[in-house]
This record gives sequence, C-alpha cells and structure tokens, in this order.
Amino acid sequence: MTQTLLNRRIVVAELLDQRADLIVVSGLGSPTYDVMAAGDHDRNYYLWAAMGSAAMVGLGLAMSRPKDKVLVVTGDGEMLMGMGALATIAVQSPKNLSIAVLDNGHYGETGMQRSHAGLGVDLERVANSLDFDYGSRISDMDALRDFRQRIHASNALNFATIKVDTAEEARVLPSRDGVYIKHRLRTALASAG
Amino acid sequence: MPHTDQSEQLEVDWKTQIYRVLKDFDIRHVAYVPDAGHSTAIDLFEADDKVNSVVLTTEEEGIGYLAGAWLGGQRGALLLQSSGVGNCINTLALPAGARLPLLMIVTMRGDWAEFNPWQNPMGQATEAALKLMGVRCWRADSAQDVEPLLRGAATMAFEGDEACALLLGQRLIGRKEWN
Repeated sequence: MTQTLLNRRIVVAELLDQRADLIVVSGLGSPTYDVMAAGDHDRNYYLWAAMGSAAMVGLGLAMSRPKDKVLVVTGDGEMLMGMGALATIAVQSPKNLSIAVLDNGHYGETGMQRSHAGLGVDLERVANSLDFDYGSRISDMDALRDFRQRIHASNALNFATIKVDTAEEARVLPSRDGVYIKHRLRTALASAG
Repeated sequence: MPHTDQSEQLEVDWKTQIYRVLKDFDIRHVAYVPDAGHSTAIDLFEADDKVNSVVLTTEEEGIGYLAGAWLGGQRGALLLQSSGVGNCINTLALPAGARLPLLMIVTMRGDWAEFNPWQNPMGQATEAALKLMGVRCWRADSAQDVEPLLRGAATMAFEGDEACALLLGQRLIGRKEWN
C-alpha cells in the first residue's frame, strides 16, 4: 500500500462541514460514532443494527423528501452486506442521494478482520457498473472536498469509496433510543415542511 | 372509497382489493420482490404515478427503504413471498427498535398443496418466524377475508406504529400449476 490513507474522523468532519439541512443516515459501528463525533444533529439517523440497511434507509428518505439532500455514511463491511441495494438504488436513481463508504478494508467493530474491500473488491466500481452518475475512489482531501460539493449540488446519484486508515478512534456514542431519534428526525422534517 | 359489494359478486377480486385498500391508507411507496400472487397489485402500482414502486433484489431491502420513507413522512408497504420472510429476519430489528410501522403482505408457499418440497421448510416456519421477531400476523385463506384483514393490519401498523403482516394462503392464491 503506497497511498497515504485518510483519517475517518477528519473525513466525516469535512463531509458534514456547514451541512445546513443535509439529512444523514449512518451505518452501524464506527460510521455511527464518526457522524456523532462530528456533532449530534436533529437530521441524523443513526443505525445500531439491521446491517446492510443504511443505503436503503437513505433511499427511502431521498424518495420521500425529494427537495432534501440525503447522505449515507457507512463502512465497507456494512455496504458489502447490502450490495444488492446498490442495484435497487441505481434503478430508482434519485438525484438527491449520496453514499459515502468509509473503506478501511476491515471489519473494525469485530477485531479488524479483513473485508472483501480489503481483499481487492472495489465498491465504487460496482456503483459505476450500475451507472451511478458519479462513482469514485477518494484518497485525498481535495477529492473529498469535491465530493462534498457534489453532495450539496443535489443533481446526481453519487457514490464514493473513501480510503481511510484502521486507526481506532474513541467511541462517541449517540443515543441508542431508536424511537427518540425517529421522532426527532420526523419532527425536524415536518417543521421544515 | 372504492368498495366491492360482496353480495352481488360471486368471486371477490381480492388481488385488486389489495391495491385499493393500500390506496385508501395513503400508501405512497410499494417495495417488492415479485410473486405471481402479487402480480395484479404490482401492475396497478407500477401504473400509478402517485405511488413509487421499488423492485428489490432481496426482501430485507424493503424494510430499510420503508423505514426511510416513514422517517420522511410517507407510508409504504412491502409485498413478498413467504420465502422472502426468511431473508428479512435480522432486519426486522429496525422496525422493532425504532417502533416503525411496517406493513407486509406475504404470499404463501409450502403451506398447502405444495408441489416443491424445498418450499416447505420456510413456508411452514413463516408465521412463527414473523411472530418471534415481534410482527403481528393475520392469515387469509378465502377471498372474503383479504379486504377486512388487510384493512385491520394496515390500521394497526399505521395507527399503532407496529410491524404487521397479512399472510395470503395457498388455498386463496391457488396451487401453482407445473404443466
């Protein structure tokens, strides 16, 4: 591995900088802690289970809230479990949905076993083969900032594999009360109209 | 409200009633893995521009999708075959944990006059598996039961934020013809 890997906390903080009304869905494990570490928000929906579902929850939000922008932040293992969802999402092709996979090539929550992504599977190539409007592998901050602009442009179905290192970060835990988080998000969206 | 007068109609058109009842409940999203028993409803929803139809690669995708749609303020339903219930089990933690409404309409295999014994294990376990995961279940084996049972399941899903399933038995759907 010759490339320098990014730090996941810095990546997520950059993606969520000046997020405005962005809706964010996080996949279980480290991505949920990373999104929380960037700042709790009424428009965050943290998943603590249902592995493989983060992208589909994002699709449901994008289709029911076509005027809002939706970002899914998940890990390579979680995305691999829901890889078929990428085909479902490509068929729907909402232009207000972006998926950011924090790819450290490992299952970090369970002891750093290597994942398929760490064994050579490039998820952005899956997205590209499904005709996502944009699918890219990101390994530097300039490309990451460009991806952030794309999220807010809300004119394309976007997918990025963001190569991050395996350094363990402090667990910053959001509420595990799924009912509370549900009501908080629904209330925020309903009051926005 | 569209309504079928059962006293004047010998054969209740339960396949169309599924569409009509879901429209009465303001369903805006239908997620499905195709099944012959659902083909009428799927065709009607695909032709309805007020409903977003989402074909899935596997049934549990629909649970995540409908959770997102509900978080966004809109109702949906999941159409699937009993074999697909098995694919959903772990993902049913999502509606349970967040107390989200979920309405599933399940066409049965392996419960009556089944030609293919490979369908029997999941078909026989479908209702118990759903109940183990906290899904409330009703079962329709005759055409007259579909409309009221679906109305009841939808009421309890959307008024009570509960996961509810209506199972459509093979005696209702008809045995699959193999020749």
